[in-house]
Amino acid sequence: MSFKSVVITFPGSNCDRDALCYLQDLTKGVVYNIWHEEASLPQVDLVILPGGFSFGDYLRSGAIASKSKIINDVIKHANDGRYLLGICNGFQILTEIGLLEGALIQNKNLKFLGKNCFIKKKFKNKFNLSIKENQVLQIPVAHNEGNFYCDNETLKLLKNNEQIAFEYCKGEFSNSEENINGSIEAIAGITNKKKNILGMMPHPERAYNDFHPSQDGKLIIESLIS
Amino acid sequence: MRIKILIRLKSQILEPQGKVIEHSLNNLGFNEFNNIRQGKLIELDLPDNLSKEEKDQKIDSACKKLLVNDIIEEYEVLG
Repeated sequence: MSFKSVVITFPGSNCDRDALCYLQDLTKGVVYNIWHEEASLPQVDLVILPGGFSFGDYLRSGAIASKSKIINDVIKHANDGRYLLGICNGFQILTEIGLLEGALIQNKNLKFLGKNCFIKKKFKNKFNLSIKENQVLQIPVAHNEGNFYCDNETLKLLKNNEQIAFEYCKGEFSNSEENINGSIEAIAGITNKKKNILGMMPHPERAYNDFHPSQDGKLIIESLIS
Repeated sequence: MRIKILIRLKSQILEPQGKVIEHSLNNLGFNEFNNIRQGKLIELDLPDNLSKEEKDQKIDSACKKLLVNDIIEEYEVLG
């Protein structure tokens, strides 16, 4: 059975093309690109909200995009238990919709971070099944607001429900940091309680092709289609 | 009527821009300027014939739906 997927494009998305290639190359299935003003989504297995600066990051990152017309159907898609992946700005949009807990605030050191970073999986879910315990993945980040914040009560829930999917960690570069942006408990990605929605700041779609410095991003799609 | 809504990060949330502004002001000799935090101000017009209840309800609803993320921010209507 072929795996079908969608990438949604907002004005200001700039990783939608990368996400389309990522899905086309790795799933070998049908991939649709849907404009945010569309009213409905086709029946698919996975929807990606891509990275970028939707609506210029006006008001708050992801805030305006979270009210787009297509979002009603994105929520319906997720409520049906199908997969939804928000990468970078897509993660910010998911928290603004309220499908994921917490919020992403400005990086602790005030710098836009555009570099390779290292992450490992924390709790098992369908998005990271093919990744081994303690396996360190090299995946790039490119964000200004990637500092994950939630209150203590929410953090406790995220842990108890095993919703933390990825955390930043030290990697092979001598200057790599344990927690690049100041996120609570170095959180790099979380899922919802049902674990069919993942939001993550690092960009797996920039780490899969032969010409990328790393191909570790493949593991996410491999996990989903395995 | 002109409405001003002040939105700021909750006090427990790190506001790095304020820290940088504070550092710069201190360097300029404004040593007594402490605990600087930067927020944002939204100004808008509402019709004058709205009752106070209608006005409050509309502003509150707009803040909850879009203008404010209550996980990290708080707001107050000025004046």
